Amino acid sequence: MDLDSVYRAEYGRCVATLTRVLGDIGLAEEAVQDAFAVAVQKWAEAPPANPGAWIVTTARNRAIDRLRRESTREARHAQALLLRQPDDEPTEVGPVRDDQLRMIFTCCHPALSPLARSALTLRLLGGLEVPEIARAYLVPEATVSQRIVRAKKKIRDAGIPYRVPNAAELPDRLGSVLTVLYLVFNEGYTSTSGDLLRTDLCLEAVRLARALADLMPDEPEVHGLLALLLLTEARRPARVGPSGELVVLAEQDRSLWNRELIDEGHELVRRCLRRAQPGPYQLQAAINAVHTDGPATDWAQVLALYDQLLAHTPTPIVALNRAVAVAEVHGPAPALAAIDELDLPGYHLLPATRADLLTRLGRLPDAVAAYDEAIALATNDTERTFLRTRRARLT
Amino acid sequence: MKQYLLAVQFDESAPSPSEADFQAQMARTGKVTDEMKAAGSWVFVGGLLPSHAATVVRPGAGTTTMTDGPFAETKEQLGGFWVIRCDDLDQALTWAEKCALACGEPIEVRPFDDGSDRR
Repeated sequence: MDLDSVYRAEYGRCVATLTRVLGDIGLAEEAVQDAFAVAVQKWAEAPPANPGAWIVTTARNRAIDRLRRESTREARHAQALLLRQPDDEPTEVGPVRDDQLRMIFTCCHPALSPLARSALTLRLLGGLEVPEIARAYLVPEATVSQRIVRAKKKIRDAGIPYRVPNAAELPDRLGSVLTVLYLVFNEGYTSTSGDLLRTDLCLEAVRLARALADLMPDEPEVHGLLALLLLTEARRPARVGPSGELVVLAEQDRSLWNRELIDEGHELVRRCLRRAQPGPYQLQAAINAVHTDGPATDWAQVLALYDQLLAHTPTPIVALNRAVAVAEVHGPAPALAAIDELDLPGYHLLPATRADLLTRLGRLPDAVAAYDEAIALATNDTERTFLRTRRARLT
Repeated sequence: MKQYLLAVQFDESAPSPSEADFQAQMARTGKVTDEMKAAGSWVFVGGLLPSHAATVVRPGAGTTTMTDGPFAETKEQLGGFWVIRCDDLDQALTWAEKCALACGEPIEVRPFDDGSDRR
């Protein structure tokens, strides 16, 4: 049995269950790590039928042993919690699905800083190690571990609850969870600096979105997010050319797209449409479904979806993306007029879009100036190179 | 049960509200306090006079010194506070949202140290 893959698959689930049992995330992590250390020795001889249940049972027993040895106030408190376990708790306990749901809402609590939410989610639910998270976010390991330690301390001290929010709070709080998964994916897809693609984060976000969709089958926006991530992930192989350059959608080799992920994404979008409770993630998924349907994009349909999305989420970013569809359907002039008023300071895709529209209108000096602005604002080398190539075609 | 401080942060540089606005604000915050009492969450509430009335007493070597004014001369000052008792941060934040809307001012939510985090 491959212990690494078991660790990756079971770590988060086991920590989630042990957190409920022990009442403290830190103690739960220690106990689960202890259990995996035991597993290294024991599993070589006789691997268990259900590794997750084995880890949870061993971790619980280890935690009880550890608490009996220690006599701090915290240990006594945790021990009291253990002794208060309901009688119907079976002796062989496995990871409990609801515990993961509790954990994801705790990790993505709005009282925690955004970076802490992502880091905690990747650490506690994804089972990623601190160095992996640090590499993915291109920040020092010390920063990540400090954020995680501080967030765990706040969860404990401020009394951030370990439960799924009630119906009244759920829409807001679910929004925070979906945002974290979306940002984790985006961080991997378009990193703020360095390599364009950091696959690990994308795959982790898809895995967590899948788990969330499985845990909350009645929330259409969860399925919308999963579909959006799948349909974006599916195009990844075609998004970068042989020498690492960015390839725009219209020029992508569609045979490189991952058919399986596209089919899965399309099926989810169809199910969302049948529910008829549209939300921002479902609409974005539907837009990506149109992009990945047939030999070319049906831009009129994309524009209609962007109109709906803009009505739902009237942000400058949505307006900018809608303008790209306007250009395809009605031409570059109305698109340029649509983005003229937008205020997105520091966002390189606004001047990049303007540059493209100006190029199509034949206003080349203006286009060059807009490309220069975009190049100055772009934060990763791949995008800068792409913009420089586009600019070079004009002069 | 945990106890939380809900501290109202006042911008003292902002022009003071009209008498009518002030009365309306007092009515709104009073209503929130009544709700807290009805829910069994209320421990204490108090409004403070502006920081011009504050004095700081600092310890020295066996003696003390007094200075006029608050700890820090910033435009945001503690303007008043509630102390509430509830199960967890989510409940405290729900009250804080009501308080923020009633006062029209930001609220800082701080848990009381109940000694449980001592190692």
